[in-house]
Amino acid sequence: MTYLGMPTAPAGVGQLRGTESFPAAAETALANGQLRRNLANATSTIRAKRAAVVSEVPDWQQLRAAAAAIKDDVLANLDSYLVQLEARVTEQGGVVHWARDATEANRIVTELVAATGAREVVKVKSMATQEIGLNQALEEAGILAYETDLAELIVQLGDDRPSHILVPAIHRNRTEIRDIFLAEMAGVHPGLTDDPPALAEAARTYLRQKFLTAKVAISGANFAIADTGTLMVVESEGNGRMCLTLPRTLITVMGIEKLLPTFSDLEVFLQLLPRSSTGERMNPYTSMWTGVHPGDGPQEFHLVLLDNGRTATLADDRGRAALRCIRCSACLNVCPVYERTGGHAYGSVYPGPIGAVLSPQLTGVADNPSLPFASTLCGACYDVCPVAIDIPSMLVHLRGRVNADKAAGHRLPVPEAAGMAAASWAMRGRRRWAWLLRAARLGRWARLARLSRSRTARRLLPPPLSSWTRSRDLPEPPAQTFRDWWAEQR
Amino acid sequence: MRVALFATCLVDGLFPDVARATVRLLRRLGHQVEFRQEQSCCGQMHLNTGYPAEALPLIRRQVEVFADCEAIVAPSGSCTGAIRHQYADTARRFGDERLAVAAEAVAARTYELSEFLVDVTGVTDVGGYFPHRVTYHPTCHSLRLLRVGDKPLALLRAVEGIDLVELPGAESCCGFGGTFALKNSAVSAAMLADKVAAVAATAASVCSAGDSSCLMHIGGGLSRLRVGARTMHLAEILASTRTEPALV
Repeated sequence: MTYLGMPTAPAGVGQLRGTESFPAAAETALANGQLRRNLANATSTIRAKRAAVVSEVPDWQQLRAAAAAIKDDVLANLDSYLVQLEARVTEQGGVVHWARDATEANRIVTELVAATGAREVVKVKSMATQEIGLNQALEEAGILAYETDLAELIVQLGDDRPSHILVPAIHRNRTEIRDIFLAEMAGVHPGLTDDPPALAEAARTYLRQKFLTAKVAISGANFAIADTGTLMVVESEGNGRMCLTLPRTLITVMGIEKLLPTFSDLEVFLQLLPRSSTGERMNPYTSMWTGVHPGDGPQEFHLVLLDNGRTATLADDRGRAALRCIRCSACLNVCPVYERTGGHAYGSVYPGPIGAVLSPQLTGVADNPSLPFASTLCGACYDVCPVAIDIPSMLVHLRGRVNADKAAGHRLPVPEAAGMAAASWAMRGRRRWAWLLRAARLGRWARLARLSRSRTARRLLPPPLSSWTRSRDLPEPPAQTFRDWWAEQR
Repeated sequence: MRVALFATCLVDGLFPDVARATVRLLRRLGHQVEFRQEQSCCGQMHLNTGYPAEALPLIRRQVEVFADCEAIVAPSGSCTGAIRHQYADTARRFGDERLAVAAEAVAARTYELSEFLVDVTGVTDVGGYFPHRVTYHPTCHSLRLLRVGDKPLALLRAVEGIDLVELPGAESCCGFGGTFALKNSAVSAAMLADKVAAVAATAASVCSAGDSSCLMHIGGGLSRLRVGARTMHLAEILASTRTEPALV
């Protein structure tokens, strides 16, 4: 495996890293009862919807296998598909730009917008532009970016960070949203209620102005078709359609892995994506565009192809399947960890199980060392993944990479690694293992189990034991190990 | 059938009643049970915490100890899962094809208890007697790695006198996750709190499962919150009879 030489996503730009470890950030999130209620409500609703519409599809497992195979073909032949896409887009009047990382992508987009003279842009909801921190880069260049997806708008107005791939404001309830609108939305009616239709109407009125005046739109892409040069965005609200058709200039930022070889591959993905993400049979709006067409839609189209650690991810044969991801967020909704902590605890714009395998690979594991451990390996994510990413196995693999990385940075083994090596040694020898099991039973364990049951005494227990005893008692030790009992029976 | 018991390190050291119950149950069903003292740990903790090099000698040992066994039965879904899904892959990763092939052979004959009873011996009524209210937590690795489905429930339903009640949100993880419980103890505790509340809502006196590790976690929470329910492994319930009833 060669990770050396493959550039990862640079630090200091974009949002792929948190400021604290997952366990520390999770502790803060868990203390927020409102957040936990909002998340539990939202994820359980969407889980049930997804399960219902997926169960209607008799060949769901075959569709998953097909999607995985198509994406694996794309990843194995990415070099030729990307060049093919560039040729098709260029032939049809678009301009293709290659961005090695977030910094380059931000510079390209900023220069493109500046060249139009526009000081405002409208945006279609896009993970890639959140990943690279495009809004901030534009702001630094004096350009205001307006998010037009309702949930992204809530996040933007609240000076907040998205906490879910599909529903970035999932951590907010309607009362909080009303308060954000009243405080931050220019021209909002002061009598705004928290009735969902009233909130949607307020956003619609606010955004309509932006759609009608914007000269430049910025989008991401759900898919790009290599053999036709077609780009595609799927959405629910129609705001995306407005952005993709009204402004004169359209700039699309897309991760290099979002390709599909042919138009007919959409047959597979358009069955999988809406059912997995919103729990709908079909998404309300599917917009596709191929190059530019005189008198119809944007007259200038730029496609920015973003690497930002994707090639480094591709280099790991046990991690690269994370690039199959189509950002449906089904894994977030079923994850028992995500359900309790929400997305901010993951530090990256990619939260939940897919974030735990994707973010550390994009940044390099040294920058996100706690994320691969943010899972019980319960497997619920793998079951629902429409492109069959074996996230639990990948988490285990990345844990190994984190440990190897830590070991490489220390001359002495870190305590955990030393403990693991000692346990492995002890378990290898019949006599020493039998002795150890017996000694543990006779010695400290009984006392520790007793202490764990006492409210005052358990406070004195040292870590890592205290991590267990703060919320669970220890089991009473048995009178005899099984192997000793067995030996006695003979 | 000659059955080799793989007790698992946790059961051997902390929950010997589970292994004793497994032996009693298998003998009652007419099997010859052996226990090889050379066994220790399957290496799951090392594998899942990201120490494959330290797991490798444990994999080798497990494969050597059980190489010639006709059937290997473990009262654990997650240990069986590690053997079946991680052994050969790990061996290959370290370039040991011979070990990988031997591991595949051992894995093919290693069964979680409910799989062995239902799939291998074709039995669902093991002649058990357990007149108590029981709820069952299916455990993630049995459910999603081994796909045991409702085999444990089929076995429990056939137990005479049992009052089996469904656990709300049964398929949600209890929050154990091995070293996750220590590394992410706050999240683990939040998940456990919901699991314990679900058990309490059933008013069952026993929460059962096919994995002592998950039961240790749930049991630690039940005890801490004084819910009044205790944990018992599936094997202990199935082993219980009118003449030799398990104590609750």
